[in-house]
Amino acid sequence: MNKLWRFNGGVKLSGFKSLSNAAGVKRPPLPKRLYLPLQQHIGAPAEALVEVGDKVYKGQLIAASSSFISAPVHASSSGTVVELKKHIIAHPSGIAEDCIVIETDGKDEWHSSISALSNPDALDLDELRSRISEAGVVGLGGAVFPSGAKLKPTRSIDTLVINGAECEPYITCDDRLMRTRPREIIRGLLLLRRLVNPTECIIAVEDNKPEAVQHLRRAIDELKSEGIGSVSTVRVVAVPTLFPAGGEKQLIKVLTGKAVPQRGLPYEVGVVCLNVGTTAAVYDAIYEGKPLISRLVTITGPNVKHAANYEVPIGTPVQHMLDIAGADDTGGGEQNRLIMGGPMMGHVLPNAQVPVVKATNCILVEPKADVVPTTAMPCIRCGSCADVCPMHLLPQQLYWHARGKAFDKLDHHNLADCIECGCCAVACPSKIPLVHYFRFAKTEKKEFDAKAIFADQSRVRMQIREARIAQRERELEERKAKRKADRLKKKKAKAAAAAASANASVDDQDQASNGVSV
Amino acid sequence: MSVLLLTALALAFGVFLGFVAIKFRVEGDPIVEKIDTLLPQTQCGQCGYPGCRPYAEAIASEEAEINQCPPGGEAGVQALAELLGKEPMPLNPDNGVAEEGPAMLALIDEETCIGCTKCVQICPVDAISGAPGFMHTVLDVYCTGCELCLPPLCPVDDCIIMVPVEANIRTWKWSNPEAVGAVL
Repeated sequence: MNKLWRFNGGVKLSGFKSLSNAAGVKRPPLPKRLYLPLQQHIGAPAEALVEVGDKVYKGQLIAASSSFISAPVHASSSGTVVELKKHIIAHPSGIAEDCIVIETDGKDEWHSSISALSNPDALDLDELRSRISEAGVVGLGGAVFPSGAKLKPTRSIDTLVINGAECEPYITCDDRLMRTRPREIIRGLLLLRRLVNPTECIIAVEDNKPEAVQHLRRAIDELKSEGIGSVSTVRVVAVPTLFPAGGEKQLIKVLTGKAVPQRGLPYEVGVVCLNVGTTAAVYDAIYEGKPLISRLVTITGPNVKHAANYEVPIGTPVQHMLDIAGADDTGGGEQNRLIMGGPMMGHVLPNAQVPVVKATNCILVEPKADVVPTTAMPCIRCGSCADVCPMHLLPQQLYWHARGKAFDKLDHHNLADCIECGCCAVACPSKIPLVHYFRFAKTEKKEFDAKAIFADQSRVRMQIREARIAQRERELEERKAKRKADRLKKKKAKAAAAAASANASVDDQDQASNGVSV
Repeated sequence: MSVLLLTALALAFGVFLGFVAIKFRVEGDPIVEKIDTLLPQTQCGQCGYPGCRPYAEAIASEEAEINQCPPGGEAGVQALAELLGKEPMPLNPDNGVAEEGPAMLALIDEETCIGCTKCVQICPVDAISGAPGFMHTVLDVYCTGCELCLPPLCPVDDCIIMVPVEANIRTWKWSNPEAVGAVL
């Protein structure tokens, strides 16, 4: 029953987790301004419902979900909407996107509609699902996929996996969450269990977090003794610490031995997988009636004075958090490189003005002086990258084709399956920035495909236009011909009439007009 | 006997081939289609032909060279050379130069537009809407950036200008690691 499997490759990494996981969760003071991007999730951006000058309260809906794969945005504190503008967001491009800017009033007043539900266990399944979607719950493990869309699987589910692996170095927000709110996670899990109806539920935690495992197991025992029978289907499994064990597909392989099909989703092998943070957010949404307006964020790094996990309102500028954590006391943010996420799969932030979003699990502050620029050496075809690739890809082949922009070959070698975990780049003895090449190739291919679609559209529009012009010319021709024929007919009729009258008077006048007789 | 058999076979195959030739007849020249799919469909006419398809036909009949399409750039010439088994050649400067940088779209200054419909009529992909005497506007999702509507066609100075497409996170691209020597 407790057999575990192994995924291909993976790398062992130093965790650096003790930097931030010793202290309890801290609540930072509110920032002066909150910047809430309309797109913090996969799918269509939300649509703003507020205008400049509107007074908003904590938890109030300020931007609505615009399609099935989308998520609403709620005000994370009370205050006044001061701007609707493009503000730089947490994206490697440093591009500004639409944000709602709220000036906080410091009262942190909840909206009147937010209240705990009296009997959440009696909700029917559709109501449960729509409440989860309306609370803006998205996958907090990093993919930010709207959770509501995941909870209506079209086939029967064997296993519900709650992902608490947290395999990236430095990040400890899930660890801390499992230690502080184990009961909420398990009660959230039981809600999800009602929705997807699995035969077993597993909370998976990497074995470098024994305290989290202990807290979860104790909470299960407590709930059992309180008479909640369904909790007996829940197991807490410690999985071996090996990066990227927290990848969805890798974790499913480790726990069940099943491989998610290529370009497929976990439900196709009877598994639904959600992050522990998401599960706690589901608990908050249903039991407390609270939308997703804050999350645990690890602020860490070798020189961060108060490295710890903070309960950060969504929209808080990163600079505010750096000041509180004592990460940037030399000022300006010029001394440090900021990474959102971990050192493996995270990306560098353009500056410290970007707001914390639903996807922000960690801000890693690296002193720029410690970042040693490395020069890539030529590929020696050692094959180490393929040995460690958890997706069974051939990074070396992908590398050559990415350089040559050979899109059909990249397709053939399944570039799209790359999860950008960075194992290959770590293993590469030539220090080739392989993940950067793959990210580059993915966006190049996306543009190439988009251009092809646009070219097809232009071709069709050109054809339609030509057909229309030809049709109009034909019609003009026809009309002209018809007019000519009409004129001819009239002339003939006239001539006939003239001839008739001429015939009548031909004897009198003795004149036949040559011009008239045709 | 063998003579009879072979004659019968020959007749049967003859009938079969004749039938196939009529039934599966290919309309038009398939190579033109292939060339056409490699062209960018900007419909700008810089190649000297009134659109991408006429240029494709001209290439197929060896009337035009493969280096007359600036929007397709060197990559386009390369692709055509590969398809046709020809030597790649540099773009013909007589047809214009390949432009680097972000894609450009036409924008009509609606204040100064006099509603002459000249641009509406020339736009090869019907991306400009308007009526005589009324303001015109460019439907930017359809504009190919062919520049046919710019002055001297447009009688008003600075009424139609080309503007770069604004970058957003959906169309943003990662830098080439080789170009930046990046470490990530």
